[in-house]
Amino acid sequence: MSREEPRIGVFVCHCGTNIAGFVDVKSVVEFASKQPNVVFATDERYVCSEPGQALIRDSIKKYNLNRVVIASCSPRMHEQTFRKTVESAGLNPYLLEIANIREHCSWVHMQEPDKATEKAKALVTAAIAKARLLEPLTPMRFKVTPAALVIGGGIAGIQASLDLANMGFKVYLVEKTPSIGGHMAQLDKTFPTLDCSACILTPKMVDVARHPNITLLAYSEVKSVEGFIGNFKVKVLKKARYVDESKCTGCGTCAEKCPVKKVPNEFDLGLGYRSAIYVPFPQAVPLIYTIDKDNCLYFTKGVCKVCEKVCPAGAIDFNQKDEELELDVGVIIVATGYDLFDPKQKPEYGYGRYKNVITNLEFERLVNAAGPTGGKILRPSDHKEPKRVAFIQCVGSRDVKVGNPYCSRICCMASIKHAHQVKEKIPDAEVYVFYIDLRAFGKGYEEFFERTQKEGVTFVRGKVAEIYQKPKTENLVVRFENTLLGKLMEMEFDMVVLAAGLIPRVDSEDIQKLLKLSRSPDKFFLEAHPKLRPVETHTSGIYLCGCAQGPKDIPDTVAQASAAAAQAAIPLMAGEVVAEPITAYVDEEICGGCRICESVCPYEAIKVEETDKGRKAKVNEALCRGCGACGAACPSGAITMRGFTREQILAQIEALLTM
Amino acid sequence: MVDFEPVIIAFTCNWCTYAGADLAGTSKLQYPANVRIIRLMCTGRLEPEFILEAFKRGADGVLVGGCHPGDCHYLEGNYKANYRVALIKELLKTLGIEPERLRLEWISASEGNKFAEVVTSFVEEIKKLGPNPLKEVKM
Amino acid sequence: MAEKLKFAIYWAATCGGCDVAILDLAEKILDVIEIADIVFWPIAMDFKYKDLEAMDKGSIDFAFYNGSVRNSEHEHVAKVLREKAKVMVAFGACACSGGIPGLANISNREEIFKVAYKETPSTVNPEFTVPKPSLKIEDVTLTLPEFYDTVKPLNMVVDVDYYIPGCPPPVELIWQAVEAIKNGKLPPKGSVIGPRYTLCEVCKRKKDEKVKIKGIRRVYEGKPDPEKCFLDQGYICLGPATRAGCAGEEGGRCLNVNMPCRGCMGPADEIRDQGARMISALASIMYPEVPPEEFIKMVKDPLGLFYRFTLPSSILNRKVIKK
Repeated sequence: MSREEPRIGVFVCHCGTNIAGFVDVKSVVEFASKQPNVVFATDERYVCSEPGQALIRDSIKKYNLNRVVIASCSPRMHEQTFRKTVESAGLNPYLLEIANIREHCSWVHMQEPDKATEKAKALVTAAIAKARLLEPLTPMRFKVTPAALVIGGGIAGIQASLDLANMGFKVYLVEKTPSIGGHMAQLDKTFPTLDCSACILTPKMVDVARHPNITLLAYSEVKSVEGFIGNFKVKVLKKARYVDESKCTGCGTCAEKCPVKKVPNEFDLGLGYRSAIYVPFPQAVPLIYTIDKDNCLYFTKGVCKVCEKVCPAGAIDFNQKDEELELDVGVIIVATGYDLFDPKQKPEYGYGRYKNVITNLEFERLVNAAGPTGGKILRPSDHKEPKRVAFIQCVGSRDVKVGNPYCSRICCMASIKHAHQVKEKIPDAEVYVFYIDLRAFGKGYEEFFERTQKEGVTFVRGKVAEIYQKPKTENLVVRFENTLLGKLMEMEFDMVVLAAGLIPRVDSEDIQKLLKLSRSPDKFFLEAHPKLRPVETHTSGIYLCGCAQGPKDIPDTVAQASAAAAQAAIPLMAGEVVAEPITAYVDEEICGGCRICESVCPYEAIKVEETDKGRKAKVNEALCRGCGACGAACPSGAITMRGFTREQILAQIEALLTM
Repeated sequence: MVDFEPVIIAFTCNWCTYAGADLAGTSKLQYPANVRIIRLMCTGRLEPEFILEAFKRGADGVLVGGCHPGDCHYLEGNYKANYRVALIKELLKTLGIEPERLRLEWISASEGNKFAEVVTSFVEEIKKLGPNPLKEVKM
Repeated sequence: MAEKLKFAIYWAATCGGCDVAILDLAEKILDVIEIADIVFWPIAMDFKYKDLEAMDKGSIDFAFYNGSVRNSEHEHVAKVLREKAKVMVAFGACACSGGIPGLANISNREEIFKVAYKETPSTVNPEFTVPKPSLKIEDVTLTLPEFYDTVKPLNMVVDVDYYIPGCPPPVELIWQAVEAIKNGKLPPKGSVIGPRYTLCEVCKRKKDEKVKIKGIRRVYEGKPDPEKCFLDQGYICLGPATRAGCAGEEGGRCLNVNMPCRGCMGPADEIRDQGARMISALASIMYPEVPPEEFIKMVKDPLGLFYRFTLPSSILNRKVIKK
């Protein structure tokens, strides 16, 4: 590797007062200019701005620089920007090193400007030390498979799939349950317009089923994901329904005749029943029946098979096997949605002990015309109409004790909607909503809240301390503090609805492990940047939308799903991706073929092969991600990690400690 | 112990701890100025030589910051770092250097608070341990 | 007839094996004598230091120094030889990297003397008399070499031009060096004489596709299979981190008698700390078979295992012992 004499230019950014307010930028420049191989050093107010970038370009030409050091904000902010700047001046973009003197220095040592300045000098010296040893690198280009995988068939996954399919790309939509639709399918009406949820959702569900570009894989799970952006290889397990998809017409005769009728229906949250052969709800897409092995008499006891006898299409197939599919996709969108907080974790509210304490989602099923009570609001204990209903807000949200300090965003509006629905169906009912704050932030939300107030719903500001049951009537007494009156009070209700908060889907942990996603402190999946990159993740090619990323209502979910589709379409439309060239390189003269690198590489990117020089490790540049595991493990030191070489890092260590 | 300002070298992975340190900066959390960070793509890149060289050149403490187990951007790098650091601590013990001077922490991209806390507590601990014992020994 | 070259051979803190290795040249020693006169070889003939010190600067062509630097005598002779010789060669593991005597760097003079001159069971030394560098008796000063706290490889006291590694250097390598000298085809200064690749390249044992060991076995545990790679069987072999050449192209000296490599040929080019590389390699392949806490318990003697021949030349080259 021939090395020209380094001619380093150092540019120290003020970043307005963000750096210059705490670090003596001028003295850092002076210090840097005295370092060996530094031929030019200067400061600039905003290096990332147009004049700043022009300064870099001009300086490279004027001083014949062949290495650039920028002391500024984190490279995670502007490394790409500055690489382009350097490239536009004719220099290889990898001959750039950034010293982070803002996030790691000026912003965290604001009370100690002298120490901050000393530290900035040390960090710049380390960057100069590495810059001396940088080599030009050439990125690799890979073709992108023009297909997308969407994980999760709720409204978010449905919207993203439709957008991408309409753009002309192939989409695989994988949904774990037998039908798409997600939680939105369980809702009755949506706030604030009171649209019927199924009415606005089912046309989209049908679009998905009929779209020529969408392959709908319901009752399926993603089992493994390999590869990288543009070139993912995904294994999907299509679970056996024991019903032939191509033959089933959805007529329902099987379910009608099935002798097992009392399986608690998951879709109704256990408030209603289904048969052992079932569709989750009548508008299911795909409208194909599924046999529940755990409750089917044939699978558990070896008898019955009535469904097979009565099916007019002959679609029942007890010998059906699970199927494993291998998909090639270029991008992945995660839309796995949410689960509801289990209020049993708040035992003071009596959920699970008292029959007439239910959750907001259970209320949706009661009030839904297609639900277990045909749309009548009947309380669970005696199926009578409740005359006094209480709504308790923030159950499992804004609650540090149960580990959910965040706000679930939708429950205030959902409960206001529910309160309105009670008044609508039971006009003489007394309805109370117990809240801490009322969040009616969206379009039409505040107006809807006022309307519900005018309808006679009473809003009480106060947290509910405890609920206890009156054993004879199974009524509930709610103890609360009315903070506006400043009094502790008790009131009796026929039914209590807990506004349970949103939590990340419990089984999303499997997806997290498969895709190596990070989580925010609230345990929802982590976006690449909370403001500027809300639908991307840190892994190129994997995007997030909907409640998987954080609690949100339907308008926001749909907007985010379209955003994720648009972002995902970028590599798909570009047709190729450029991979960082920070890959491993093997010096075959030193390599002895010990295979330790092959044993530690998580991507199968380095393998020992027979060559005419003997057994040598060979790197597959397309698979190598530059993690450095092989370079660190190599016992002979034959492996170099481009961009983060041993010599470069040792030079940084030396610079930081001998400054 | 004579009051001294330790110098601590921190090897952090780009995806988790480096980002967590960035977040500490964006959140303007304040912590002692004794730490100097070296960016690696993954703690799996960490070679024992880096740690030994840091101590040789006078670092009073070495901090290794990576992703939580299971979250490594490159799948397993942090696990390997864990094993390497465990064995290096044994080596340090054998060579008369307090193994507490080498610390491994899992700090994610959203744990700016944790980064600041770890740095603060590590600086305190090193102050109690005193300067790098190699500084007193002629080679 | 061309003028004969002048060779000097010195032994410092050594076992004598390096000199025996020279004799292992067997009849080829006659070829050596043909091209060179040996002007200084304390083990073989009676030379006095003052004769060496009287030689002209640069009058010796090649000085072969084996053994590590343990005391002031070794250092003094190293410096004298450096002055008198055109080319200084570190011969054998001790001179190249410290060798087995280098393991004494876990201790220092005070501790060593305490054991040697006081605590060993058969020693009777109530006044704890220890060697001193000088003692004046009347008007005569008697001197002894000063025993250093730290063992050093040769290149820590003088500039070294070539390294011939091995404990002792394999005969083939010694002959290779002699041939290179004879034909005037020496590699660039600072080089190690020997192959650049590591031992696995020439090891004939069968290797699994990936090496994943479930635990560490000591050599006496079980019976090592002579056909299979030692690492695959759980025996720690330093071959992957060690320069090849000890048995030419035919495996390794220790491997061929069914013992795992212990690393005496030192690391490959450009690696300064052989032990650190083996530590990294071993830790990396241990995951995930054995939890870290158990893994470190299996490594009974990290210095003896990883730094048997190279402790003084490693990064932290000795134990810190506070006074």
